[in-house]
Amino acid sequence: MKKPTTLFSTLGKIEGLTIAAVLVVLFGAFMIAAPRVFLGYQIYGAFLQTVPPELVLAVGLTLVITAGEIDLSFPAVVAFSGFLFAWGFSHVGSSLVGLLIALAGGGLVGYLNGFLVARLRVPSIMATLASQFFWYGVTILLAGGLQYNMPQLQSDPIHTILTGRLFGVVPTEAFWSLGITVLFWFILNRHVFGEAIMFIGDNPNVARVMGIRVEATRIKLFTVMGVLAAVAGLLLTSEMNVFFPTQGEGFLLSVMAAVFIGGTSIAGGVGLIAGTFFGAYIIGSLQAGVVASGIGGYWVQLVEGVVMAASVVLNIVIGEGRFGRLSRALRRWTTAPDAQSSPEGSE
Amino acid sequence: MPEAPLDADALRFVDIEKYFGLVCALKKINLRIRKNEVVGLIGDNGAGKSTLVKILTGVFPPTSGELYVGGKRIDLKTHSVPKAHKAGIETVYQDRSLGDKQVLWRNFFVGREMLLPFGFINVKKEKAIAREIMMTTIGFRGEGITVDSRVSELSGGERQGVAIGRAMHFHANVIILDEPTVALSLKEVRKVLNFVHKIKENGHAGIYISHDLQDVYEVSDRFVVIDRGEIVADMEKKEISLKALGEFLLEYSHGLKDKKEL
Repeated sequence: MKKPTTLFSTLGKIEGLTIAAVLVVLFGAFMIAAPRVFLGYQIYGAFLQTVPPELVLAVGLTLVITAGEIDLSFPAVVAFSGFLFAWGFSHVGSSLVGLLIALAGGGLVGYLNGFLVARLRVPSIMATLASQFFWYGVTILLAGGLQYNMPQLQSDPIHTILTGRLFGVVPTEAFWSLGITVLFWFILNRHVFGEAIMFIGDNPNVARVMGIRVEATRIKLFTVMGVLAAVAGLLLTSEMNVFFPTQGEGFLLSVMAAVFIGGTSIAGGVGLIAGTFFGAYIIGSLQAGVVASGIGGYWVQLVEGVVMAASVVLNIVIGEGRFGRLSRALRRWTTAPDAQSSPEGSE
Repeated sequence: MPEAPLDADALRFVDIEKYFGLVCALKKINLRIRKNEVVGLIGDNGAGKSTLVKILTGVFPPTSGELYVGGKRIDLKTHSVPKAHKAGIETVYQDRSLGDKQVLWRNFFVGREMLLPFGFINVKKEKAIAREIMMTTIGFRGEGITVDSRVSELSGGERQGVAIGRAMHFHANVIILDEPTVALSLKEVRKVLNFVHKIKENGHAGIYISHDLQDVYEVSDRFVVIDRGEIVADMEKKEISLKALGEFLLEYSHGLKDKKEL
């Protein structure tokens, strides 16, 4: 089979390229608008510290959305796992115990979500909405509505590992979140679990007929999402050395925006982890960028909205599919006239 | 003990019965399908075609009876969809065969991936074999379709070709084609029928279910007519012309109607 490669088809195959370009343009614009801030390194250090929890959440949510489901409960897991960590550290006296029960707690919440969705057939938007209220409620009850200040955590090895500073400047959570992103790119694109997720999101009936255990995979998926949300909670709590019962509350929409900006379709079946990675950094740097540019705080949301819409439109117009279609059209025009007419209008 | 089925049989139903409560859906079905043979299964809606197919594909068990696939007896109590796959029973559905947004190589191997350690997929190997299936088994040439194309880029006929090629690759004993040409244009139907012809060439057996008698006649070697849970006719293609088959079915349904009215 001949493989004519065009510039378009090659570019179109690189996942997340469109959205990476948006990020570069955005940073370029910020550098021009606010050179004092964006030509220094501190602002980037700040991004590497604020974006990781949202990035970890967005990676997990990418999988969930690819499977055709949604999870609204992760902000509550950020709070609940943060509480479990703080409780383990303060009352058991071990940050390691805190870490383990936080991950287990996140997994439990995720498992219960999955059980509701897969076994009891509650639509995931409803199941996880309820679960979001429930686990915030549990967290507030258990914490007695109080925040935990943990200055001693600063010198703890777990703190150093999770959210220390490499060479004194680079936050280690940047590496953790990058590692998780890479790992989950491979899980989605190269692992049977990821393939099952894509087929379930595409068409659960096809998945079932092809022998995929749809319900078991859904439960596993929500459990993984719960554990990732717990990781995000740990990164956040450890970074600040503080747990407060409402933490994570601002994450819901920004994390969802990161996923969709990255090109993952709400319809399910296709998930772009690389796109999510750049999407998370776009969302995470917009606010600081707009404020630093001196346009003024009132403009932040407006600019955010414009950038989000522009990214999604870009993804649709010159995303993977269109590049592919365009290059096929080119190929058809350039091949010999005796070539059979290609399938058209199958969509 | 029932006699062992002949090796030449790809599939054999022995006294298969199915009751839904008190309603009898299938009455003592005995049917043999040889290797290299495509059997056209004909019958009205509710005649029992899909009940028979569902028993075969492990969707539900029969009330009684035995089933042999490729000479091996199937334990019907534990029969299931994955077990039907393992026994070499593949189904090509009208619309439930392929994941639309997924690339072709994934569609060939989903559910039975070629694995590296830790459950990772051997993408290189899967793509190489998928390419092989497309070139030789299915015979896709040119047409701008590669293993990296998405199913949504394919025409309806080509989709069925992929599903049929996949079934053949996995050494199916029996390939069930459940209304594979519904909602396709004539040109695409032509493609599908050509793919069905390849089933015989490659030593598989097929069950072709369709309401289009002309299609059934063209691809089948034998015709089995089911009515109200019973096999009422079993004819070789050489015994009957398309016209005669059509007239037979027409008379038959009228005949029954008359009987009922009497």
